[in-house]
Amino acid sequence: MIPLLKRIIRTGIISRKLPAILADVPAAQAPQAGEHERLQDEILNILGRALTIREVDAGSCNGCELEVHALNNPYYNLEGRGIKFVASPRHADMLLVTGPVTRNMENALKVAYDCTPDPKLVVAVGDCGGGCGEVGPMFAENYASCGKVSNVIPVDVFVPGCPPTPAALMQGILAAIKGSKG
Amino acid sequence: MTTFFDEPIEFTLQEGVGAPVWLGTVPDGEALEAFAVSVHKNDGRIAAIWGSDERLRGNGFRLVVVFGFESGHLQVSLDLPADKPVYPDLSGIFATANRMQRATRDMVGIASVGGDQRPWLRHGAWPADWYPLRHDAGEGQSWPNEPSDYAFLQVGGEGAHEIPVGPIHAGIIEPGHFRFSVIGERVLRLEQRLGYQHKGVEKRFIGLALDGGARLVGRISGDSTCAYAWAYASAIEAACDVEPTGRALGLRALVLERERVANHLGDLGMLGNDAAFSFGLSQFFRLKEDWVELSGRLFGHRFMMDRIVPGGVSQDLDADGLAAITEQCIVIEKEVRALKRIYDEHAGLQDRFLTTGPIGPELVRELSLTGMAARASGVMLDGRAWRQDYTPPPPYAGLGVRPAVDERGDVAARVEVRFLEVFESLRLMQKLAASLPGGPVRLEVPPKPDAQGLGVIEGWRGEVVVGVALDGRGKLARVHPHDPSWQIWPALEHAVLRDIVPDFPLINKSFNLSYTGVDL
Repeated sequence: MIPLLKRIIRTGIISRKLPAILADVPAAQAPQAGEHERLQDEILNILGRALTIREVDAGSCNGCELEVHALNNPYYNLEGRGIKFVASPRHADMLLVTGPVTRNMENALKVAYDCTPDPKLVVAVGDCGGGCGEVGPMFAENYASCGKVSNVIPVDVFVPGCPPTPAALMQGILAAIKGSKG
Repeated sequence: MTTFFDEPIEFTLQEGVGAPVWLGTVPDGEALEAFAVSVHKNDGRIAAIWGSDERLRGNGFRLVVVFGFESGHLQVSLDLPADKPVYPDLSGIFATANRMQRATRDMVGIASVGGDQRPWLRHGAWPADWYPLRHDAGEGQSWPNEPSDYAFLQVGGEGAHEIPVGPIHAGIIEPGHFRFSVIGERVLRLEQRLGYQHKGVEKRFIGLALDGGARLVGRISGDSTCAYAWAYASAIEAACDVEPTGRALGLRALVLERERVANHLGDLGMLGNDAAFSFGLSQFFRLKEDWVELSGRLFGHRFMMDRIVPGGVSQDLDADGLAAITEQCIVIEKEVRALKRIYDEHAGLQDRFLTTGPIGPELVRELSLTGMAARASGVMLDGRAWRQDYTPPPPYAGLGVRPAVDERGDVAARVEVRFLEVFESLRLMQKLAASLPGGPVRLEVPPKPDAQGLGVIEGWRGEVVVGVALDGRGKLARVHPHDPSWQIWPALEHAVLRDIVPDFPLINKSFNLSYTGVDL
């Protein structure tokens, strides 16, 4: 027990401040100057309570899942900011969907969408989930794939990248919240 | 020309610097069956099965079976007539051939005579008599998506009931369906149904140039992108007679070991978490983030996708980069040793790990397991390490890899093996960084028409096998990537039999198998 407590104390609190995280987002997706602080306030304003997310892998290569997992590491500390992944779409405010949607997952994704109570947000993740970049077209519609997520369910925000970094994912989640507020 | 196991089949050794592979042809199904029996008798294993449509070249169909044995791999081809493409069922000899055979039938329309005939990858999105990998299958067709019923084996008796799980699971993981038959909490049977991630990858390879294939192969299973990229590159290089430089091979090993450590760190955290020890998750995910951030800084990609390419690697490292790797290895080793002590001494954690989800060495052989899953059950099988009659490919031959083995076969053993492999990989990386030869890192690879090759790489889960065949224009005619999870998934069905339902997530995570790698 003592080594464990020692380790916790020695590690300390390592969560990064939101502006520092968002500063890492590739320029094309980054918020404009001065917006970082505003975003931090906005999150508190908007969320006040909590945002719950149901992640659905609809056909990814599991690369995006690695980065979604990273959102919960102590540096990004998503849960500490009031954003939590839940097990059931019925408990969720947002669906975070990765991958090109396979035809074998098409039905399950639609059911998950229908089970998510209104008002709901959908964030599509990754180049193949958005059908863009170099990788998107590689996983376009064919006999086994419905292609991008928006071909199957309505999408509010799309986060590009192969896979997108945790910072870009965070930015995308915040953009969806912001959009719903405006 | 060589023969094996006193069977009258002549093999030739594949040229090049990759893992040792012998290529041979059998005249008919009977000979294939007899050869499979001999491989099984000699402690060999099945490593992959796929089919291809050769009718445009004036032949029928071709079935390819790859076996693993003491000295390396044997690729056996069997040509089948166009009007009756059938072969003997191998699943009575190698149980894990079952799903591979069903996938081959769904994809190419080559069927086993006898054995399980339920569809595997085809859930109802396309008709049963249409085969996506046939040359006359066409592009862009679409049918009404009519998900079919699947005949799970049912368990009867008083108090027996079923728990269906998935395809969407509770956590942030890939989709698949698990059907538990239970009495109370005791698991009587688990049957998996996969294929939900099937996105037509093998069809997408057809007609791609070599570099396009490299990009696609790196996205078959994102957590093993380096292993796939290397296995593919190795197959292409064998086909096109290119030998990458020593520097390129050293850098490939560096990124492969980085991938191994990243995955083991993540899984060690998750394993703690699945036993309600969230301290482990926080600590290991902190280390994993440090790890992938350095990968991102040095290689421009946190998981090093597209860094291993046919002909070498797409990115060199300078002295500062190598120094940063060495320095990080020392820091991470110290941290992981401290965490290992905490894991080892935590009674609650060990109570969950010990004796949970056991697999014995006999099962490892019967199911043809490789990699970490085999080593955690006492079977010393590691493509990077020397063993009797086996020489590992460069650069591993010169590194003296010490494989991690644990004989217990339970979750605790798989945790232990992951720890030991982290330490060994850290040692190997420091050795690689200190001894990296000079020279160019990437050679031109001129495509060689109608050539074929097989690449085998010891990824973090186990053996990743990639078979390639080029067409007359030097484009990809057929690529079959094979994940070690094909063989380990059925082992999971066995591993849960002595435990209760709540142990399943822990047992599952101790293997952490790929869905997308087998669904393709």
